[in-house]
Amino acid sequence: MTTELHPQGSFDVADFAVPTGKEEVWRFTPLDRLGEFFNAPADSGSLTLTTDAHLEVLGVGEAVRGTVLVPPELPSALAAGVAEADYLVLDSVADQPVRITMTGDSHHLSHQHLVIDAKPYSQTTVLLTYQGLAHHNATTEILVGEGAHLSVVSLHDWDPGTLHLGHTQARVGKDATYRHIVVSLGGDLVRANSFVSYEAPGGRAELLGVYFADAAQHLEHRLFVDHNQPKTTSHVDYRGALNGTGATSIWVGDVLIRSHGEGINTYETNKILLLSEGCRAEAVPNLEIETGEILGAGHSASTGRFDPEQLFYLRSRGISESEARRMVVRGFFASILSAINIDDVEESLLRRIDEELGFDKEK
Amino acid sequence: MNCLEIKNLHVSVYTDEGDKEILKGVDLVINPGEVHAIMGPNGSGKSTLAYALAGHPKYAITGGSVSLDGTDLVGLSVDERAKAGLFLAMQYPVEIPGVSVANFLRTAKTAIDGEAPPVRTWVKKVNESLATMQLDQGFSARSVNEGFSGGEKKRNEIVQLDLLNPKYAILDETDSGLDIDALKIVSEGVNRYVGQGDRGVLLITHYTRILNYIKPTFVHVFVDGRIVEQGDSSLADSLEKTGYAAWVGEDNA
Repeated sequence: MTTELHPQGSFDVADFAVPTGKEEVWRFTPLDRLGEFFNAPADSGSLTLTTDAHLEVLGVGEAVRGTVLVPPELPSALAAGVAEADYLVLDSVADQPVRITMTGDSHHLSHQHLVIDAKPYSQTTVLLTYQGLAHHNATTEILVGEGAHLSVVSLHDWDPGTLHLGHTQARVGKDATYRHIVVSLGGDLVRANSFVSYEAPGGRAELLGVYFADAAQHLEHRLFVDHNQPKTTSHVDYRGALNGTGATSIWVGDVLIRSHGEGINTYETNKILLLSEGCRAEAVPNLEIETGEILGAGHSASTGRFDPEQLFYLRSRGISESEARRMVVRGFFASILSAINIDDVEESLLRRIDEELGFDKEK
Repeated sequence: MNCLEIKNLHVSVYTDEGDKEILKGVDLVINPGEVHAIMGPNGSGKSTLAYALAGHPKYAITGGSVSLDGTDLVGLSVDERAKAGLFLAMQYPVEIPGVSVANFLRTAKTAIDGEAPPVRTWVKKVNESLATMQLDQGFSARSVNEGFSGGEKKRNEIVQLDLLNPKYAILDETDSGLDIDALKIVSEGVNRYVGQGDRGVLLITHYTRILNYIKPTFVHVFVDGRIVEQGDSSLADSLEKTGYAAWVGEDNA
C-alpha cells in the first residue's frame, strides 16, 4: 500500500527524478545546496569509520542487506547502492554501548550504508556519532529481532560547513522494542529520516529526538511510522530549540495505521522552544488512519518562547537570569537526553547545549 | 537599620490599554521578629504589593522606596532581591518541566549562599524539611510543581522558605486552596521560621482562617492600593464579623 507521502521505494536510481522542491517530501529542503547529492555516482567516500566493534561487509544484494530498507528517495537509493555495506551483528545482552564514529575531513561527498542486525532477544545500545566536516549521504538499515531490545542513538555533531542527508529504516520484530534517538546539533544542513515498520505483532517503537538549530542552520527531521502489524505501539517525541537569525527546523511526523492494524497505540509530539527572533520552525504531524479499531492515536505540536513566569519563579529564588534560562532549556530536553542512557554522552550533550546557548557570552 | 521598609510605594501594572496604577502610596515597616498580616478584598492590590516587592517584570515601581536592612531593593533585579534576603511564597507556583525539586533547591541554595551546600548534610536537610511538610523523599525527584496538587505546591513553597531561610518572607495567599490539615502543616512551617525570632513576615491573605494558626503582630487592612487601617490581632477578629464594608464603597461592599 502506498500513501501520498510515501511512494513505493526502489533500489534503482533511475526510478527517481532529481527533486525540484515541488515534491511534498522536499518542499522544505534547501535543494540548491544539495545538487551533488542527486547526481554523483555512489562511492564509499572519504569518511573515516572507527569502532571497537567487529564489522562485517555485505555486498549489494547480500542478505540481510536490502530486506528492510527500500530507498524512498534518490539520495537514499544512492547511499543504499554502495558496493560495500558495513554490517554490525548484535547477538548478546550487552551492558556497554557499541560505539561507531564517522569522522569527516573534507567536502568530498561520501556515501555510506550501515546494516545493524539485532538478533532475537539481544539487548544493545548503539551510538552512531557523526563528526568533523563532510558532505555525507547515509542510509542505516536496522533489523530488530523477536524479543530484542535495541536502542540506536544517531548523534549529529558535525562541524560547520557539513551537509548531511540520512535515512534510517528499521523493522521491529515480534514483541521487540526499538528506540531511535536522533540528536542534531552541528552541521549547516542536516536532513534525517527515521522510518519504522513492524515485522509482527507486539513490537514497540520509540522515536525520540532533540535538536538545537543556531543561526543559518537547517535541521530537518522526518519520521514515518508504518503500523503495518496489529498490536504495535509507537511513541514519537522530538524537541527542538532554535537560536539565531535564519535558524530553521523542520519536523514532519507521519504515522500510518493500516486497515488490518487493530490494537494500535500511537502518540507523536513535537515541541519547539524559540530562543530568539528570526527563527523558523515548521511542525507537520500527519496521522492517517485506515481502521477504527485502534487503542489510541494522537499528536500534538507546540511552539513557545521562554515563559517569563518560569524565569521569574526561578530568579525569585536567587537564581541568575542566565542560570534560570539554562535550567529551563536543560529541563526541556531532559527526558529525551536521559533516555540515551549513556552517562558520558548525556553529560557531554548537556555541555554542548550550554555552549549552543552561549551562556558564557550572555549576562 | 534592620527592617523591611516600604515608603510611599506607587506601583503600576503594564496592560494593553497602558499603565494602570494599582498601589497608591503604601507605607509599611516590618521589623525582624514581626508578622504583618495584610488583609483586603479581592482586587485591592495585595498580590501586586507582593509581586512588585519581588520584582516581577509586569509591575513598575513608579514612586516611593523599598529597603531591606538598608539596601535599596528597587534598583535590584529579581535574583538580587532574593540574594539580599527577600523571599516570596507564591500563590500560584509555576511548573518547571524537567527540573527536579532536588536540583532546584540545590541551585537556589547555592545562588543565595554564594557557595554550594555541603553534599552530605544538604541531602539530609532537604529530606528532613520535606518530612516536616509531610512530603516523602521521592518528592525531590519530581519536576518542580509539575503535577503537584494545590497542597503540595504550597508545602513545597514552605520547604523552600525553610531551606533558604531568608531574612524577610512574603507569603501571598499561601492559605488559599488548602484543606484544614494542609493549612496546619503549612502554618507550623511558617511558625518554625518565625520562631527563629529575627525573621520578618508579610502574610497576605483574604481570610482570617490562617490567623488562627499564625499569630500576627500587626494586622493591616488593604483597600484600593493602600493601607486604610491597622491594629493588632484583634483587628482580624472584627474583620471576621464586619468584613471590609466599612472601607469600600457601596458598590464594592
